[in-house]
Amino acid sequence: MQMPDPNAAILARRAAIVAGLRALLPADAVLDDPAETRAYECDALTAYRCLPLAVTLPRTTEEVAAILRFCHAQGVPVIPRGAGTSLAGGSLPTPDAVILGVARMTGVIETNYPDRYIHVQTGRTNLSVTGAVEAQGWFYAPDPSSQLACAIAGNIAMNSGGAHCLKYGVTTNNLLGVTLVQMDGTVVHLGGPFSESEGLDLLGVVCGSEGQLGVVTEAYLRILPKPEGARPVLMGFDSNEGAGACVADIIKAGVLPVAIEFMDRPCIVATEAFAQAGYPDCEALLIVEVEGSEAEIAEQLALIRAIAARHSPVEFRESRSAEETRRIWLGRKSAFGAMGQMGDYICLDGTIPVSELPFVLRRISELTEAAGLRVANVFHAGDGNMHPLIIFNANQPGDLEKAEALGADILRLCVQVGGCLTGEHGVGVEKRDLMGVQFSDQDMEAQLRVKDVFDPNWLLNPAKVFPLSVTASRRG
Amino acid sequence: MQPQSEEELAEMVRSADAPLALRGGATRHGPGAGLALETGGLSGISLYEPGALTLVVRAGTPLDQVEAALAAEHQQLAFEPPRLGPLLGRDGVSTIGGVAATNASGPRRVQAGACRDAMIGIRFVDGRGEVIRNGGRVMKNVTGYDLVKLLAGSRGRLGVITELAFKLAPRPERVVTLIVPGDPVAAMTKALGSPYDVTGAGYLPGIGAIVRVEGLSASVTYRAERLAALLPGAEIVEGGQDHWAALRDVLPFAGQVGDVWRVICRPSDATALIERAGAEAHLMDWGGGLIWFLTEPDHDLRTALGSFQGHAIRIRGAKDHLPLSPQVQALNQGLYHQFDPKGLFAQQGA
Ligand SMILES: Cc1cc2nc3c(=O)[nH]c(=O)nc-3n(C[C@H](O)[C@H](O)[C@H](O)COP(=O)(O)OP(=O)(O)OC[C@H]3O[C@@H](n4cnc5c(N)ncnc54)[C@H](O)[C@@H]3O)c2cc1C
Repeated sequence: MQMPDPNAAILARRAAIVAGLRALLPADAVLDDPAETRAYECDALTAYRCLPLAVTLPRTTEEVAAILRFCHAQGVPVIPRGAGTSLAGGSLPTPDAVILGVARMTGVIETNYPDRYIHVQTGRTNLSVTGAVEAQGWFYAPDPSSQLACAIAGNIAMNSGGAHCLKYGVTTNNLLGVTLVQMDGTVVHLGGPFSESEGLDLLGVVCGSEGQLGVVTEAYLRILPKPEGARPVLMGFDSNEGAGACVADIIKAGVLPVAIEFMDRPCIVATEAFAQAGYPDCEALLIVEVEGSEAEIAEQLALIRAIAARHSPVEFRESRSAEETRRIWLGRKSAFGAMGQMGDYICLDGTIPVSELPFVLRRISELTEAAGLRVANVFHAGDGNMHPLIIFNANQPGDLEKAEALGADILRLCVQVGGCLTGEHGVGVEKRDLMGVQFSDQDMEAQLRVKDVFDPNWLLNPAKVFPLSVTASRRG
Repeated sequence: MQPQSEEELAEMVRSADAPLALRGGATRHGPGAGLALETGGLSGISLYEPGALTLVVRAGTPLDQVEAALAAEHQQLAFEPPRLGPLLGRDGVSTIGGVAATNASGPRRVQAGACRDAMIGIRFVDGRGEVIRNGGRVMKNVTGYDLVKLLAGSRGRLGVITELAFKLAPRPERVVTLIVPGDPVAAMTKALGSPYDVTGAGYLPGIGAIVRVEGLSASVTYRAERLAALLPGAEIVEGGQDHWAALRDVLPFAGQVGDVWRVICRPSDATALIERAGAEAHLMDWGGGLIWFLTEPDHDLRTALGSFQGHAIRIRGAKDHLPLSPQVQALNQGLYHQFDPKGLFAQQGA
C-alpha cells in the first residue's frame, strides 16, 4: 500500500509548526515526543503504521477551530481521529500531518427525553451514549461491536453500523445534527434537534465522509425508548445454503427481527475453542433476535420457527433465561477475538444482495482454497453485510500480500453480484485502490467535487478513500 | 423535451445553454421558468426483489404504479410518501423521482425514517450532462461519499434523477389507531416515549391526537391496550387509515382559502409556536415535530413565530422560508456551482 511522499517543506518547518500549535492550546493538548505520539501511529488496521508530525487533543469546538485555522494557513494536512478503532486505516497518519483527536471531548451537552435526543461532544464513546440515558429506559441504537471503545466521531465519519441495524438503521439514520468545523476554521451547524433542514442534505453527505469534509465536534443523536424485552434463538444448519435461504424467507415473511447474524463452520469451531459458548456442531448457524413483550416475542418466534422448519435446521435453541441469552451471544461477540487467537486476520466488509448469499459463500471458499489460505465467515446476514475474516501469518514473508490479494478478489466478487466494497467499515486506505471496481471515473469525480467545496485545498485526511492517482492533481 | 433514455437526457443537458424546467408529475413544486424537461419517458421498474426487500425503479415512474406493484407482494415504501397535489391545487401525477427530489415523507417517519433513509442507490445526470451513479442496491453501503442523501430533497438543483433504488418494508398484517382527547402534544410525547413501537403520532383538528400501532395481530392488540392505559380517554379504532391519509396529504387544508406553511420544530416547542402563530388552523405530524399551518393569505408567519430551533417554509402562497445561516448557504451555493456550473437548474423548486 502506497502513501504519498511527505511534503519536505512541512517536515523542515516541524519545530515552528509545533510551537505555533502550542501557542494556541493548553500545554497538555499538543504532543510531539515520539514516545507519546507512538500511540497514534495506527488504528485497528495495524499492518500500516506511521508517526505523525504532532498530535493535538483539543477540548472544545473553539480549540478545534483554532488548530484547523492554523494548519490551513500553514498548509499542513490534518487527520481527524476519534478512538482509533477504524479497521480501514481511516485515521492512519502521514509524517507531514497533524492528528486532531477528539478523545477528550466526551461531554453530554443536553439530554432531552420529550424530544427524544441527546446532544454530545463527539469524543464520547458509543456505549457511553447509551450509558447516559439507560437509567431512564432509553438507548442509542447503532451498536458497532467496538462500541465500548469507538467514539461517536468515528461512527459519524464511517457511518457505522452494528448487529441491531436491521431494525434501527445505521448511524446516518439516527443522526439529527452536527457541529462541523471546516478546514479553514469555519464552524457550521448542520441539522439540529429536529427532523429536517432547508436546503441540501449536507448532514447526509458529511456522515460517512471519513473525516475528509470537516471535523465533527458535537452531535445531536436520536435516542429511543428501550423495548420491553428481547430474546435470541440459535439455529444450526447442515449447509450454508440452508441458512442463507432461511434468512431470505424470514425477511420476506414480514417478521422484522432486530438482528440476524450468521456464522460458518470455521468460525463456529474457532469461537468454540476460544469462548466455549456451547454452539452446536454444524455447518452454519444463525442467531436471530426479536423484541417486544413476552407475548410479542412468542408470536414472532413461532413464525420464525415455522419458517426455519422448512429448511430442516439441525438445532433450534430458544433462550429461556438471561444466562442462555448471554451464552447465545457470547460466541458471536467473541468471534473477532477468537480469530485473533488463530493468527493475524484481515476483516472484509463487502455487502451483497441477500439472495446471493449461498453463491457468494461457495465462491469465497473456492477462492480461499485456491489461495491456500483460511477464511471464516461471521456477519450481519439480514442486510447482506459480510465479514469474511482472512487468516494469515504476518511473520511469514509474503503472507500479508497473499491475504490482501484474496481480500481484493472477494470484494470484486461482492461488487460483481450487485453489492459493494464496504457496508460499514469504510474505505480508508485499505480499499482505496479498489474504488475503481465499483465506481467509474465520473462517479468518483462527482464525489471529489463535494470535497472541493468543503475543503478546497485538500488538507483534511487527503490520502484516503480515493485512489491516489485520482486525487493527485487536487492534493497538489 | 421528453428524453426516452438516460443517454438522450444527458445529451440534452450537455447541449443546453439556458435554464431547464424539470417536470416529474408537477404535483409538488411549481416548475421554474425555462425549457420544460419531462422525465415521463424514463419510466418503469428495473428490478424488484421481494425476498431482498429491494426495488430499483426509473425516476419518471408514477408513484401509484410503484405502490401497486409493492402491494401485490404485501410490501410498501415505509416512509409513506404524501401526495400533495390536492393541497397545492395541482392535478399532475406524483412520480417516484419527484418524491425523492423532495424527500417527501409521511407519518411513519417517526418510526421507519424518511424517504432519504429508504433510498439506497441513485443515478442522475448532473448539470454538466454527466451520468453519475452512487450507492447501489444493498442495504448497507458506505463506499465513498453518500451522494444518495445529497440528492434526496435536492429539488432538482444538482441534476436530474434518472433511477432510484429503495429499501422496502413488509406491509403490516394489522393497523390500529388510537384517538386521544386532551393536550395532543402531551399524548404524542407519551406515546413516542413508550416502548410500544408507535408508527405514527399526529393531530387532526376536530378529531384529536391520533396514535398508530402496526404489525402482527396479537402484538397490535397488546400494544394498543397498553397505550390506551397510558393515554386517558383513548378510543381504539381498528384500521383508521383515512385519518393517516388525511394527515399525510394535509387534506383538511385542500381547497381552503389561505396560505399553507410547513414548520419543523422540537415537539416540546410546538404548543408555544401554535399559540404565537396566529394561524387559522393547524395539523401536527411526527409527534409535534411537524406543524402544518393554514393562515390568511400573506400572513407573516415567520415574524409571528419569532426565533426557535427548526425551520419554516411557505409551500402554498408566495415563496418564503427562514433564511439559512451564511455558512450553510455558502456550502449550498458551492455545491450548486460544482454540479451545475451553467446554472441550468437554478430555477428549480426553490
Ligand atoms: C473489534 C472491532 C469491531 C468492530 N465492529 C464494528 C461494527 O460492528 N460495525 C462497524 O460499523 N464498525 C466496526 N468496527 C470499526 C470501527 O470501530 C468503526 O469504524 C468506528 O466507528 C470507528 O470509530 P473511532 O472513533 O475509533 O474512529 P477512528 O478510527 O479514530 O477514525 C475513523 C475515521 O473517522 C474519522 N474521524 C474521526 N474523528 C473525526 C471527527 N471528529 N470528525 C471527522 N472525522 C473524524 C477519521 O479520520 C477516520 O477516517 C470495529 C472495529 C474493531 C476494532
